[in-house]
Amino acid sequence: MAATSEAGRQASIDSGRAQIAAQKAATRTVVSRWLLLSPALVIILGCGLLPLFIILGYSLMQPGDYAGVVCCKLVPDAWINLFFEQDMFSDALAPNYAYYTIFARSIMMALFTTALAIGVGFPTAYFIATRGPKMRNLMLFLITIPFWTNLLIRTYSIIMVLQDQGVLNKILMRLGIIDQPLQLMYTNVAISYGLAYAYLPYMVLPLYASMEKLDFRLIEAGYDLYANRFQVLRRLIIPLVKPGIVAGSILVFIPAIGDYVITTQLGGGTRMMFGSLISQQFLTARNWPQGSALSLGLMLVVMIALFIYAKKAVGRAQS
Amino acid sequence: MVAGATAIEARNVIKTFGNGTEAVHALDNVSVTIRQNEFFTLLGPSGCGKTTLLRMIAGFELPTSGDILLDGQPVAHLPPFKRQVNTVFQSYALFPHLTVAQNIAFGLEMLGRRKSEIESQVTAMLKLVQMEPMRNRKTNQLSGGQQQRVALARALAPHPKVLLLDEPLSALDLKLRKGMQIELKRLQMETGITFIFVTHDQEEALTMSDRIAVMSKGKILQIGTPTEIYEHPSDRFVAHFIGETNFIEAEVVELSAEGGRLRLASGAEIFHPRAGQASVGKRISLVVRPERIELAPLDDSCQFAGTIKNIVYFGTDTTYHLDVENAGEMTVRMQNRWGHQSVLQIGDQVGLKVEPDALQVLKD
Amino acid sequence: MTDTTAATNLAATPASDKPGRRGPRFDVKRQNGFWLVAVFCLAMLYAPMFVLVAYAFNDNQFVMIWKGFTWRWFGIAVNDPEIRGAALLSLKVAAIASVTATVIATMAALATTRVKAFRSLPLVYAIINQPLMVPEIVTAIATMVFFAAIRSFTEYYGVVYLVVSHIVFCIPFAYMPLRARLEDMDLVYENAAADLYATPWRVFRRITFPLMIPGIIGALMLSFVVSMDDVVITVHVSGPGEQTLPLYLIGQLHRGVTPEVNAMSTLFLLASVLLVTIFFIVTRKKT
Repeated sequence: MAATSEAGRQASIDSGRAQIAAQKAATRTVVSRWLLLSPALVIILGCGLLPLFIILGYSLMQPGDYAGVVCCKLVPDAWINLFFEQDMFSDALAPNYAYYTIFARSIMMALFTTALAIGVGFPTAYFIATRGPKMRNLMLFLITIPFWTNLLIRTYSIIMVLQDQGVLNKILMRLGIIDQPLQLMYTNVAISYGLAYAYLPYMVLPLYASMEKLDFRLIEAGYDLYANRFQVLRRLIIPLVKPGIVAGSILVFIPAIGDYVITTQLGGGTRMMFGSLISQQFLTARNWPQGSALSLGLMLVVMIALFIYAKKAVGRAQS
Repeated sequence: MVAGATAIEARNVIKTFGNGTEAVHALDNVSVTIRQNEFFTLLGPSGCGKTTLLRMIAGFELPTSGDILLDGQPVAHLPPFKRQVNTVFQSYALFPHLTVAQNIAFGLEMLGRRKSEIESQVTAMLKLVQMEPMRNRKTNQLSGGQQQRVALARALAPHPKVLLLDEPLSALDLKLRKGMQIELKRLQMETGITFIFVTHDQEEALTMSDRIAVMSKGKILQIGTPTEIYEHPSDRFVAHFIGETNFIEAEVVELSAEGGRLRLASGAEIFHPRAGQASVGKRISLVVRPERIELAPLDDSCQFAGTIKNIVYFGTDTTYHLDVENAGEMTVRMQNRWGHQSVLQIGDQVGLKVEPDALQVLKD
Repeated sequence: MTDTTAATNLAATPASDKPGRRGPRFDVKRQNGFWLVAVFCLAMLYAPMFVLVAYAFNDNQFVMIWKGFTWRWFGIAVNDPEIRGAALLSLKVAAIASVTATVIATMAALATTRVKAFRSLPLVYAIINQPLMVPEIVTAIATMVFFAAIRSFTEYYGVVYLVVSHIVFCIPFAYMPLRARLEDMDLVYENAAADLYATPWRVFRRITFPLMIPGIIGALMLSFVVSMDDVVITVHVSGPGEQTLPLYLIGQLHRGVTPEVNAMSTLFLLASVLLVTIFFIVTRKKT
């Protein structure tokens, strides 16, 4: 604008300086941002993601003699084996029922655990959310503690309860209900109880978070419109806290389906699930490709579950 | 420091946010010169760009083009910590983990002053804003007014060339605010530092400022003393934003060396010394303040005739809202000099008398 | 008194003289029976742990057969060299992993919070949280495979592999409280510091970092606990001779337990509770 006068020329030089400074500042921001992020990204990409690609490769190779794989011919054996067994003598393929049982058990257990967690967790979370601040903080604190304690120790405490000489059997025998100890360990019952016990806080906390935000004036309106308590629960409260229910379900289902500690300690070798099976392939059976394929299969199931969750979340956001 | 010398100058500053069709011009070719030892106010509604300009002077925004000069030196490319300019933030921004004294000492510490010097400066500042007993308090234990004073002391301690105040009084209640307005004015005169004050409250601007810049939509509409802005608004927006006002349309009938003769919408004609710029036949807008109109019995000396629609009693004066022939609604304010309620009633037909020099011609 | 009087008394009972005491009122929030489930839930969560703690005092080598009350198992547990070794290793790994993870997560949080959203930001979030999104057993064996390869290639054996694997899953846990704390922090404080002549480094050291400290403590504690508690990854990644407390416990469960194990577990539980309490106090939002 004022390019003719000397002052004007100086002004354009000066304003140019400001723009250069602006560009320099912008570049500095970007550089410093990636520098700050680099340790986190390097470690996680290198030690978190890279290994996943490695086992993808391993899943397509042949097992080595003692451990590891034979590099580097690619065969689809491990993946086929997920579904079909090859008869040792003929080349016929038969359905791999052993694996199917394990897959089914894992999924069923995880679903059952999730349902149980909702059944127990929902009233609990609701109760906590409707207390006064002091009681509420205390109960939240109590619910959070198990979340922080070692899962193995908690599993051990369940063993103490469920064992043949465990507390439960002792009480039942003392009460005269049974005269032989019930075989509870290494049963599906034990596993499902253990899973529910372990992952209940993962359901209660997100549910609580949803319920805390519940606007009880809406509930009041429901009562005002002649709904009884059950109808208010079914038609108002549950739909309103659906995000919490979905979040909690995901947080329970995913660890439950891939659980290692509970399934190995309470299920043993007879009641295997994904977690114990995968570990067994690596530590005992030394069939790394098979273990890798199983792991990736598990990841696939988890991703499908997450995908469904994401879809539901997007659907909710759009409606 | 020569009085009248320039402290801050903004030259053709443009600030644009966003790209292409969605670009927002927060500042649209803004130029202003602020003198040393001046209490200068940027006044305007939210979104007018006053805060953007202030942040640009402080160093938190860079102009898209144009420059900012401090004491004649370009500073737009410098980061905030390299400018001898300090800010009192709207939320005070007192460091929560430091005491009052530590807050005030912060700037001096950053500048590397010696401990003894810092000590004495902090004490002097505490005295200046009357906060000595609060020296070792944590800042979250202070009331709003006290926090404000600490924020002031903190910004003044390094003795900057210019002090920027971003709507610092908006969070205070009325009584406190009035008190702080007097305080701020006193501080500015005592320290001799140039104050640049941002507010949307036109009353505040009028009471405190040496000069005011009225801004709207990224442009500066008028710069002047409070009197100039109030009595001679150059622009429809300025007239409307500051105080209450009446707009009157007129047509230039005759021009001469001394001025022009105008025909008002009501048919009455008056002579205006400053109508000389317009051409014959041109329609112009005039502005007149409610307190410059007199209500009188209807006769030929009145320029307008109107009916009283509403009467509002304020204690010190009474405001009349009238329906005026050919001029729409007008507001007239008269002092209750004789103490009693007006003899005028709603529905009365009265005449409105205006002195020519009470009319201001608007730049259209 | 007649019946009608009693009936009208009941109907007219909105408030009585006692302060805070109200008459029968419709509680909008109440759902029948929920309290029972809540109590049941808490009971079921804690009952097994009480059993475990109780039997730590059992004066009998066979845990489940109660003989009498004693403190001796605690003494034995504390002096047992195997337990000591395992505890020491757990602490060492947890300490190194939590400090490293906190430093890394602090840098990541500073780069991703209170900034204008840049294009790769969602991807960065995904990467940082990746350890949380993969089932632990998969991470465990993948890491095991990876490190096995490196071990045989470099012929270097050591605790560093275990530590690194812990750092990986500690990072997202450290990131969460740090990010929460930073988001709560108004940028205006840093602006005020810059306005008062502080260079960017000094702004960080004098303003940002001190104000972040509650978040940093939260991050340290959370990642410490998560590391101490880890079983799955540790079981698979640890090399021979590297025994942490959870690994010791697994070994004991296979071999046969004595109340010593209960005693050790009780101490471990106490430590966890202590840490949770401190965490709650430190990260509580100051109203």
